[in-house]
Amino acid sequence: MAQIFPKWTNRLPLIMALGGLLVVGGGVGFFWYYGSPKYLEVGYRPEQPVPYSHKLHAGDLGIDCRYCHNFAEVSHEANVPPVQTCMNCHTLIKPNSEKLAAVQESWATGRPLQWIRVHKLPEYAYFDHSAHLRAGVGCASCHGNVAEMEKVTKVEPMSMGWCLDCHRDPDMHLRPLDQITNMKWVPPPNQLEFAAKVKKERNILPPENCSACHR
Amino acid sequence: MKASAETTALQVDDGQLIQGNPTFHTVSESISRIVEVKTTKAWYVLFGFFSSLALMFVVMIGYLFWEGTGIWGLQIPVAWGWAIVNFVFWVGIGHAGTLISAILFLLRQPWRTSINRFAEAMTIFAVICAGTFPGIHVGRVWVAYYMFPLPNQMSMWPNFRSPLLWDVFAVGTYFTVSLLFWYTGLIPDLATLRDRAKSKIRKAVYGAFALGWRGSHRNWQHYELAYLLLAGLATPLVLSVHSVVSFDFAVSNLPGWHTTIFPPYFVAGAIFSGFAMVMTLALIARKVYNVENFITMRHLENMNKIILVTSLMVGYAYSIELFIAWYSGNPFERFAFWNRATGPYAWAYWTMVFCNVVVPQVFWSRRMRRNIPVMFVVSILVNIGMWFERFVIVVSTLANDFLPSSWHYFKPTIFDVGMLIGSFGLFFTLFLLFLRFLPMIAMAEVKAVLPQADPHYYEHHGNGKEASV
Repeated sequence: MAQIFPKWTNRLPLIMALGGLLVVGGGVGFFWYYGSPKYLEVGYRPEQPVPYSHKLHAGDLGIDCRYCHNFAEVSHEANVPPVQTCMNCHTLIKPNSEKLAAVQESWATGRPLQWIRVHKLPEYAYFDHSAHLRAGVGCASCHGNVAEMEKVTKVEPMSMGWCLDCHRDPDMHLRPLDQITNMKWVPPPNQLEFAAKVKKERNILPPENCSACHR
Repeated sequence: MKASAETTALQVDDGQLIQGNPTFHTVSESISRIVEVKTTKAWYVLFGFFSSLALMFVVMIGYLFWEGTGIWGLQIPVAWGWAIVNFVFWVGIGHAGTLISAILFLLRQPWRTSINRFAEAMTIFAVICAGTFPGIHVGRVWVAYYMFPLPNQMSMWPNFRSPLLWDVFAVGTYFTVSLLFWYTGLIPDLATLRDRAKSKIRKAVYGAFALGWRGSHRNWQHYELAYLLLAGLATPLVLSVHSVVSFDFAVSNLPGWHTTIFPPYFVAGAIFSGFAMVMTLALIARKVYNVENFITMRHLENMNKIILVTSLMVGYAYSIELFIAWYSGNPFERFAFWNRATGPYAWAYWTMVFCNVVVPQVFWSRRMRRNIPVMFVVSILVNIGMWFERFVIVVSTLANDFLPSSWHYFKPTIFDVGMLIGSFGLFFTLFLLFLRFLPMIAMAEVKAVLPQADPHYYEHHGNGKEASV
């Protein structure tokens, strides 16, 4: 009887097995990498309505973060300041600057500026700034060195895995409370001893249960 | 299988597994012909009907994804409704196929050969229907991948302590092993079909699926070993899959569900309902496709005996459940079972008892075991009864939970009913395709149980050849 298939088809099962592995493994790998916030969100840097420079204000001029984000220590939210905060200085400093036109307009009309939020957690994730600051986690741990940023950029993935990494091992992120807003702080050599001490003092027990964040 | 020396070749003996005194050739002929003749009108009509139901199922699933699980009659506290009932029902149906193909194979029961092929096909299609329901029941289907241990940005594994996850693996394993087992058994028959094929396409398709089978000794040796190993793998699955399904209920702490009898009780029920389904399908198929010589009264009677035995098992489970509820002295447990038998769902409970325990008792009589109309009706009633068993377990327990103020009476919506009917449509669509394109009886295995397969057969029966002693 004549052969139905040519000889190379003998290799088909092997090719299909390898191809199947490749497709399944590749598919999982593709979504794992390209679907993750690490790939999709890190580096997000929207154009804001006002060319406000954190580098100038927080870096060069050395204004404390909490001058503008003044609820961070007492509320779940590190608020974006109202225009009034800007005008505390800018009624006197460069009131006629072109870069401040939008701020002046907002101040005159009372219509708030439409800042674009860079760090946005999903609504089903509960996050409290004050709890983290009280534990001694610095601003830079999550937001990066904002004092060096011309435009605010998202530098951490802020994925659930990223949150859990720190909740499971927060030691390298706990600071003396007066260093929280210090963008240049680096852990000292005895950081682990320090962390062990403050964890006891401040009663730091980072929760890992679902309902800690998904309430 | 050794034929008695006294039986002459022409005599139709009820003791013979395969009747009509076929030769190897006529076996191939009568089974292969079924898939080789022109498709009949009746097949098209049936296929059109059932595939429309399957299409309705798909459309309803689409609407479910769009609108959410609220289109079902679900309302707290009844958060598991017909979808879970149907899931357990369909998984249970599958079990007979695996029992026939694996356990009866290992126990060397040669009567399985005529029914194993389509019983296994039934298993696979039933598991497909079963797997659909929890898949669509999760509500947010786009995160259904949470059920699998995939790497993700949440650092999150599935909850390995949840029986719902064990279910995913149990049913997944079950489907994979059943499919492999079925396919391995099909290979020699696919080669037969390939060799008989006239058109190029048939040759290519059957040839591709026959995986180059030549029927050599080496082929057979590998085949037999693979089949034995797969039978060994599938055997524990008969017991484990439905045990795990029962854990969905038994591991929770709800009175009426939290019962240690559940695993064996579910397995017995699964085999019970599965055999009833095999019976329904076999009775129709043997008539329509004229294979009464292969699926003989002996096969049917054996299946009826299994139905009777498993009916007694579930009957025992029903009564022991009630006894333990009373004996436990736990008022909640007592209420749960008293409520099943006398509460708002009493009609369902007594339907279940009537269909599953009372009706199969007719099979104590040999005359009834061999009466085709009777067994057809019984097989249908058993399937209805087993669906109601799952309904009683799932719904009656949930509807009357710990807080009387939230009790309510579960009412199915048109989508509950439509999806149950639709799943039957899917099942029969797949089954009709199977009957049309694949040999419904394992030809190679049937040949092995013919008297001629006995190496000493020709010593006693010349059959045109000289006996050499």
